Amino acid sequence: MALRDTKRQINRPIRHWWTFRGQAIAEQWLDLLPRVLTEPATLNGCVVADPPGAAEVIGLRQVSRRFDGMAGVEALSLSIAAGEFFSLLGPSGCGKTTTLRLIAGFERPQSGSVLLQGHDLTDAPPHRRPVNLVFQNYALFPHLSVWDNVAFGPRSQRLAEAEIRQRVGQTLEVVRLSELARRRPHQLSGGQQQRVALARALVNAPAALLLDEPLAALDPDLRRTMRSELKRIQREVGITFLLVTHDREEALSLSDRLAVLHQGRLEQVGSPRQLYDRPRSAVVATFLGAANLLPEGNGGGMRLLRPERLRLSATPPEAGERGLRARVRELAFQGATVEVRLCSDNDLSLIAIDTTAGLPDHLRVGQELWCRWDPADSHLLETPSP
Amino acid sequence: MNRAGALLLGLWSALAYGLLYAPVVVTVLFSFNAPRGRFNLVWQGFTLENWRHPFQDGALTAAFLTSLGLAVAAALLAVLLGGLMALALSRARVRGGRWIELLLALPLTNPEIVLATALLTLFVGLDLPRGPLTLLLSHSLFCLSYAALTLKARLAGFDPTLELAAQDLGAPPLEAFRRVTLPLLAPGLLAAMLLSFSLSFDDYVVSSFTAGETLTLPLYLAGAFQREISPQIQVLSTLVLLVSALVLVLASPPRRSPR
Repeated sequence: MALRDTKRQINRPIRHWWTFRGQAIAEQWLDLLPRVLTEPATLNGCVVADPPGAAEVIGLRQVSRRFDGMAGVEALSLSIAAGEFFSLLGPSGCGKTTTLRLIAGFERPQSGSVLLQGHDLTDAPPHRRPVNLVFQNYALFPHLSVWDNVAFGPRSQRLAEAEIRQRVGQTLEVVRLSELARRRPHQLSGGQQQRVALARALVNAPAALLLDEPLAALDPDLRRTMRSELKRIQREVGITFLLVTHDREEALSLSDRLAVLHQGRLEQVGSPRQLYDRPRSAVVATFLGAANLLPEGNGGGMRLLRPERLRLSATPPEAGERGLRARVRELAFQGATVEVRLCSDNDLSLIAIDTTAGLPDHLRVGQELWCRWDPADSHLLETPSP
Repeated sequence: MNRAGALLLGLWSALAYGLLYAPVVVTVLFSFNAPRGRFNLVWQGFTLENWRHPFQDGALTAAFLTSLGLAVAAALLAVLLGGLMALALSRARVRGGRWIELLLALPLTNPEIVLATALLTLFVGLDLPRGPLTLLLSHSLFCLSYAALTLKARLAGFDPTLELAAQDLGAPPLEAFRRVTLPLLAPGLLAAMLLSFSLSFDDYVVSSFTAGETLTLPLYLAGAFQREISPQIQVLSTLVLLVSALVLVLASPPRRSPR
């Protein structure tokens, strides 16, 4: 049973790959499959969660950075491909900002190596690295105009004045700031400052753009707008984006792939769908969304059941379905959806989310009903929760 | 407030400001006086003669230039050393940094005469001849605390990620410092420079102990009041006044228009 689960878990993303990246990559993958099933893929002897399809732009190999009493990273290995939108997701203090600083060159690892475009740049200073960072507080130069802020990088590269003019002009167009080129940062709104920060990094045509919680300082409406802006800009320029965030919606909606970090260690890497539907551990499962974790067997095993997979009905489960008898404890109307918190007869807390239209009529607190689900929609976690 | 109250307050303010500026007014006024004899202390009549020959008094001009050069050199030295101290204290995690800061503030409360006698003892002990060098050393010493503390205050409001951003954009550390830190620090540097300059320019106590044969403007004036007070003294004083007023106007930040 467990083995079949594992196989299906691996099979699904392959079909996904196939339709996306074409026959050659799929075949390459199918060749790898026997090995994937028996042992984790290895690269230079390090476990790498997902070998990227295109050339590797950022590679971390067993990187460790510890601080006294501060968040660090422990034996972290990652491989990010050209053109990817990759996110590092985790709660504050999980080591994601440290990871970014290690790649940008503001931190040196105590062990392991940092590869950029295939070169070992573990000990290179920040100004010699082909990556650019968008700081959380933007760190715009207050004494320079928008234009001069964006021109800072090209001027550091000693480019010809004509080329600087052309590049800066073009980049300001991409972020739609051409009209504000003469303003100072303090004369701009938060969203505009954010665009300047993006432009200032993008103008250098970096191998990868590193973004440290770039949307955290914006109010919710603006954050949604800037989120689609980010995606549009990444599509337009085609540069690898590495986003660090604690906002799961942001990570899920933007990323081609994402990694969940927990206490300085990599929990799992995969596509948003993969991580949401088939998380390896309870940490990933709960961090990516509301989760029902049902105990499985006596070994502390856990089965994940997403709230939207749960159907509430007055009638018991049909053949092939599973079900639990439960009592409604709380109803939270949220517009398009309703969140229902329940308590099962065997004292499990459950949560169900359904569209307003999909729920049985006259649902009330205290009501007894059946929670039903298709076993194929549930997922057995690999690592039991501690 | 009623009208009588407002009037009283206005009068009171006028009186206070009048007292504050009375000596200044007298100085400016007497620079236009045509004195009889050697002492320009009694109003005789208006003339532009003094202003036509501001540097006529040779000894006075020499002392003035000595003080000018000394103040500029002391200010530069103090701001250079004080700036480095401020950078170290605000950036690097210096062991015992709080104590170093306290030691930095202590000279501000120390009576100048204590410093002056200590310096004289030191110079005599080192067998260092008193003159321009000892003047420069002692002046930059008492300016140092002011310069370091002024710059430290300026650095406290400085976002260190700006320098990281500059490096991230391809500027090596020194270039990042020159293109980002220095321009942002400029108002603080100017303030520290002006403060040090004026501290040194009008210093009497320390100078009188460490100058040797050298005459700074305050030393010259103190001596001159016993022999002669030429109207050029008032002319030069007015000039200094004008320059410092101009600097003050230029250095005060322009009012920002609200967005």
